[in-house]
Parts: sequence; structure tokens; C-alpha cells
Amino acid sequence: MPVGFTESLYVFVLAGFLGFEVIKRVSPLLHTPLMSLTNALDAIVVIAAIIICGRHESTLSTILGAVAVAAAFSNMIGGFLITDRMLRMFKLSGRKKQ
Amino acid sequence: MTTTLAAAQYVDFAYILAIALFILSLKWLSSPATARHGVLAGEIGAAVAVVTTFFNPELVEFKWIFIALLVGVIIGIPLGLVPMTAVPQRTAMSHAFGALAASLIGISEYYVQTPRITKFGMVEIALEVIIGSLSFTGSLIAAGKLQEILPQRPIVYKGQNIISLAVLSSAVILALVLMFNPGLTLLFPVMVAVSLCFGFLLVMPIGGADMPTVISLLNSYVGLSAALLGFVLNSRVLVVAGALDGSSGFILSVIMCKAMNRSFTNVLFGAFGQLQVSAAGEKEERTVRSASPEEAAQILGSANSVIVVPGYGMAVAQAQHKVREMFDVLTKKGIDMRFAIHPVAGRMPGHMNVLLAEADVPYDKLIDMETANSEMPQTDVALIIGANDVTNPAAKTDQGSPIYGMPVIEVDKARTSMVIKRSLNPGFAGIDNPLYYMDKTLMLFGDAKKFVSDIVHELSGGGGH
Repeated sequence: MPVGFTESLYVFVLAGFLGFEVIKRVSPLLHTPLMSLTNALDAIVVIAAIIICGRHESTLSTILGAVAVAAAFSNMIGGFLITDRMLRMFKLSGRKKQ
Repeated sequence: MTTTLAAAQYVDFAYILAIALFILSLKWLSSPATARHGVLAGEIGAAVAVVTTFFNPELVEFKWIFIALLVGVIIGIPLGLVPMTAVPQRTAMSHAFGALAASLIGISEYYVQTPRITKFGMVEIALEVIIGSLSFTGSLIAAGKLQEILPQRPIVYKGQNIISLAVLSSAVILALVLMFNPGLTLLFPVMVAVSLCFGFLLVMPIGGADMPTVISLLNSYVGLSAALLGFVLNSRVLVVAGALDGSSGFILSVIMCKAMNRSFTNVLFGAFGQLQVSAAGEKEERTVRSASPEEAAQILGSANSVIVVPGYGMAVAQAQHKVREMFDVLTKKGIDMRFAIHPVAGRMPGHMNVLLAEADVPYDKLIDMETANSEMPQTDVALIIGANDVTNPAAKTDQGSPIYGMPVIEVDKARTSMVIKRSLNPGFAGIDNPLYYMDKTLMLFGDAKKFVSDIVHELSGGGGH
């Protein structure tokens, strides 16, 4: 078994349970923003893409890395942007729009 | 040596901080009042992680990174500014991008590691790339269906499940071959291609009505592929982010399946909406009662409580802003008007809430199905706008109905039900709705936007009620 596998598995299992508990409590009103926010958070794969692209091991890995950086970073930017736009619309009674 | 070690530790600390912020971010989403802090926490976490990555000593070439980041910004901003009705297809597109990024990193990692890759490492990469690739094409197809570029009806052919499973099995077999012979670098792209095919075959047969479930399932696959990538690269930050995204998608898929009384296998291999087409043909003549906007306005104006049940049809007719005007007028008259939101109203989880919030309906007036059903017997008027199957009483009573067992909003329990609909044609899934023929149901035939607008005119005009 490769180095780090068990540690990753520990982290995966704990994060899975934690995610389950935290997300269960998310208001059903906000399930669409939840999905766009988790999309933006998942776009953290951009850091792996940056390393693949910048290590410059081969032309192929630089190209694949660069495409991955663009794809993941567009998710990060777009995901946070749309989540915030949606959440700004949720208002309580008695409050007029800004 | 010591300095690079210290640098690596700082990078790790920054990543741990980012992860903590991500978890807080999701925690704050528990209520609309704190949710925007959640976005900020997520943004700070992501920024910390990205900036820190630039201090990674392995990086030697920055030009392409910056160009790619710039391209990401250019693509990302328009995707963040789409109209709210287009959020489902945008979400499917971003699943596709996430899956694409994860797959490409996995593919690149395979070629970098190939000569000295272990069997175990090969399995991790193969699994990651298979799930990433199938999620990529699957999400693209889902986005195409939601954007209505592709037909929404389930596309089925004889033996499709056998063919799909055969394609998936060949991807797995190729992965096993690669595990024992990781050096077969020509076989790897074949495995990727087969996985891409499987994603296509998986989503193509699924109908538009099932998109809320499919989009949630794809969300969890994308999360899973990111987590697996974390295993491949030994990056805990990816493992955590992927696990969070994966569990979120999984929870949403379970909620969606429950709301439609379906199982995962049924959604994926059932091709919903097939049987009903034939069943809908044999319809006997039944009478319906219909009403004009004036009559509808009079009934609404003399009610004490009104529950509106909106469906995606309301958004298609662009009626939500008129509905909010009606809400304003009725609320001013002291009438309690609220909106009952079925979990699968709209085209993705929570979509209807966003559409109504956009139209300035306060979120404390949006109630869930359970609350609506417990209050329905004391409600004077249930007004159904652009919703059909989610109000179908046959789901509770008719064992032969294709939606039997699906939880519905019990509008037939209200004193009067009014349904705004263009005609008596069965809805999206082609299922007949006995609600329309009930004695206490009034059909309001017409375009939703026009009809509601007439009601508003009548209520605020000279009616005097």
C-alpha cells in the first residue's frame, strides 16, 4: 500500500461523516446555492492543476494541467459569484429590496 | 533543505486553514440569514489555498498557469451571471468542468508516473479517471437536456441497459489490464474513451423530469472524483473538499429520489415517462369546472388563507413577477398567502425557492411540503400555477398510476383548488391528473402570466372586495 493511503482514507471517512452532518442541516430553501457553493469549493482541484501545469514535466502534462486550471478556476469564480447572487435575493418579509 | 521543509509545512497549514473555512462555509448555509458569510468564508479559504500553492517549490514555469487562470476568469464570470432560470444547466456545466479538471489531472499523473507506477496507484488513477470522464460526458448531456438543445424525452432503445453495462464493464476490464501492465500507455486513452461513452449512455436515456436527481448524482460523482484525485496525489485538501462535495450531492440525490418515490437504479435505468404515453391515450370524457379571472379574483379576495403551489411551468411562462404582485395585493388585504414548495419543483434541488426569491417573494413565505400538507385542510384556496404531477391525488390513491407512492402536495384537501393551465393536456411526464375533474376544483385556462396579471388587475382595480 502506498505511503499516505491510510491517512487519506482516515481523512476521507471523517470528512464524509462531517459533510453529511453539516449538509443535512442546510436549509432546503438553499439547496440550489448549496450545489453551486460545493461546486466552487470542489474547484479547489485547481491547486493540483496549478502544480501539474507549473512543474513542467512534459509538454503533455503542461497542456493538460493548463486546461484543468482553466476549467477548475472558471468553476471557482463562477460558483462563488452565482452563489452570492442567489443568496442576496433571499429576504425576509417587511424588507424591501435594496 | 530545512527552508524547503518549512515552506512545505506553511503550505500545509494554509491548506488546513482553507479546509476549516470550507466547513464553516457549509455550516453557515444552514440559514439564509448567515448564508452569505458562508460564501465569504469559502472565498477566503479558496484564495488562501490558491495563493499558497504558488509558493510550492516544485513550480518552475508560471506563464501557462497565469494564462489558464485568466481563461478561467473569462469563462467563469459569464457562468456566474446567467439568469436564475438557467441555473440548472449552468450547474450541470460546472459539474462537467469539475469532472474535466479532475480527469485531466489524473490522466497527466498517469503519464508522469507510468514507468514506476505501483499496482495500487494504477487502480486509484484508473478509478479516478473513469469516474471523472463519465461524469464529464454525463454532465454535458444533462446540461444539453436542461438547455433543451437535446430532446428532453427519455431516449431509449432495445437492450440499452445491457449495452450500457457492457460499456462500463469494458472500462473496468481495461482498468484491470492496466493494473497488471501499467506500461500499456496506448490502452489508457482507450479506457478514457470508453468511460466517456458510458457517461453519454448513462444520461441520454434519462428524461427531463428526472434531471433534479441526475444533477445531484453527478454532483456526488464529481466530488468523488476530486476525493480520489486527493488519494492519487496524496493531497488531503482535495480529499476533504471532494468528500464534502460528494456527500452534499449524495444527500441531495437521496432527497430527490424520496420526493419522487424512486430508487437510484430506477432513475438510472428506468427511463421514466415511457409507459405513460400509451396509458394517456384511453381517456373518457369528464367534466371540468372552469372560471374566469374575475371569478378567480373574487374567490381569492374573499379568502383568509391562500397557498400557491408553483411549478416550473410558472417560470416557463415568466409569471413569477406577476405572482409576486398578486402576493403583494393579497397580503395588503390581510390575506395570508404562502407558497408550498415541493422538493422537485423546478429543475434542480431548491430551484423554485431561488426563482421566487428572485421575484422578491420573502423566504419566510416559502413553506415545505410537510408544513403545507398539515395546513391544507384549514386553507381556503390552493392555487396551482405551472405544477402538475406534484399535486396529483392519484399518487396517493391509484395504485395503477405511474407516480403511485410519490409524496404530493395535497391540494385536494383545501376548500377550493384552482389550477392555472393552458389546456387539459397531461403534463411533462404525460400522467393524467384526476384533480382537474374534482367538484371543488376550478380550472383557470390560459397563459399563467396573462391570467395572474388579469387577477391582479381585478383585485387592485374596481372590484371592491
